[in-house]
Amino acid sequence: MSRDGKRKVVVTGMGAVTPIGLNVPEIWENAKKGVCGIGEITRYDTTDRQIHIAGEVKGFVPENSIDKKDVRKMDLYTQYAVAAAVEAMKDAGFPGDEKVSEELADRFGVLISSGVGGIGTIENEHAKGETKGFDRVSPFYIPMSITNMASAWVAIRYGLHGLAACSVTACASAAYAIGEGIRYIRDGYADAFICGGSEAAITPLSIGGFTSMKALSTTEDPLRASIPFDAERNGFVMGEGAGMLILEEEEHAKKRGAHIYAEAAGYAANCDAYHITAPDPEAKYAAECLKEAVLDAGMSLDEIDYINAHGTSTSLNDKCETLAVKKAFGDLAGNISLSSTKSMTGHLLGASAAVGSIFAIKAVTDDFIVPTIGYKNADPDCDLDITPNTGKQRQVRASICNSLGFGGHNASLVFRKI
Amino acid sequence: MTTFEKVRELIVSTLNYDADEIKEDTKLMEDLGADSLDLVELNMALEEKYGISIPEEDFPSLTSVDKIAAYLDEHLPA
Repeated sequence: MSRDGKRKVVVTGMGAVTPIGLNVPEIWENAKKGVCGIGEITRYDTTDRQIHIAGEVKGFVPENSIDKKDVRKMDLYTQYAVAAAVEAMKDAGFPGDEKVSEELADRFGVLISSGVGGIGTIENEHAKGETKGFDRVSPFYIPMSITNMASAWVAIRYGLHGLAACSVTACASAAYAIGEGIRYIRDGYADAFICGGSEAAITPLSIGGFTSMKALSTTEDPLRASIPFDAERNGFVMGEGAGMLILEEEEHAKKRGAHIYAEAAGYAANCDAYHITAPDPEAKYAAECLKEAVLDAGMSLDEIDYINAHGTSTSLNDKCETLAVKKAFGDLAGNISLSSTKSMTGHLLGASAAVGSIFAIKAVTDDFIVPTIGYKNADPDCDLDITPNTGKQRQVRASICNSLGFGGHNASLVFRKI
Repeated sequence: MTTFEKVRELIVSTLNYDADEIKEDTKLMEDLGADSLDLVELNMALEEKYGISIPEEDFPSLTSVDKIAAYLDEHLPA
């Protein structure tokens, strides 16, 4: 129990598959060094396309954590999700491939989000339908492509009978998954949750869609394309991968003797209700969201030392997010270290906040701020300390992972040192 | 290649099972853990590979390696 007699939620496991590494220790070491995971797109021929670079996951072998008979029934986004979930479960002290105990199973849920789910499968099967006829698409087309299936596969693998679902709020999706998981545990509906997000949208159709929106950076240099908060930023770079957290009620975790990384202390979510893709230029609700998440954690604004910013590298996002932080924190904003890890990973869409949360949690446990790389030109509209180019040691009492999704979906998560 | 070998090869390439777990009398669901969607996919692969059309009423009987092999022997042009 904690403040107000409410149950306290802690993080006991983490897992990740990203363009800068295939597990949490690897992505943390690479992020500290400022490694860029963006490069030429290899998944399809980009010859006649405007966009040639993305943050692809490299060296991923799904069979390392998934039975090969099941691999073929999963879209890539589900494969990433399961691989990250297995790492997180092992990290939390659960067996990697066994069902949890019957007693725990009913109190253990899954919330794995995705922005677009099995888009690669949709594209492949549509192409097959066009050539062979639509009655000859794979019988696995539907269960592979639907966006809730990563949650279902993970629930099946571990025999988890609590709530299993998928929040879809575009680029903020994983923040809703983690935040709702916090609430379910805090309010007593569950004792543990696997929460996170997964995305595998480096495909001709989804890159084409974001290209038409003028949302993607057209810069060809992989080191200068995803440049959050830089005056020359001109769009985001697509990334892919997954991030997973094991959330657990504090006493439950202690009884198991689990290692506790940090408290998953606060969550707030709201909506701009302004425009389908553009953020509210006044950033009113994005600012409210940050403040309310800190309040929800029972903390004061001056206790936040680090924000893992949404920082997509689009002109509007970075400007409005800067304004939101200033409006929320006032004069304190200048004391906070920020960084956008999308400068290294690209934008993982529905997995973005899961990976961002891992960096926010590691900042709290290691007292280290990873950098925003590729930064050269100051933008007067983005004048906060974004930890340019080089990471640094700094005491971090608490951190925030911030998210802003198409649709005006804002979500902020607060992690506090134990 | 015998008909059994042809069926085994198709099961391996379509459903990702290991060749050595597939015998002549192997039942796809009971012995290999296949589900109904796996059987649909295997049927579609059979149709495509051998240019045949398997009617709906024949589908429920094609549940083991020997039955599929016998069906192929019966329906493939000599």
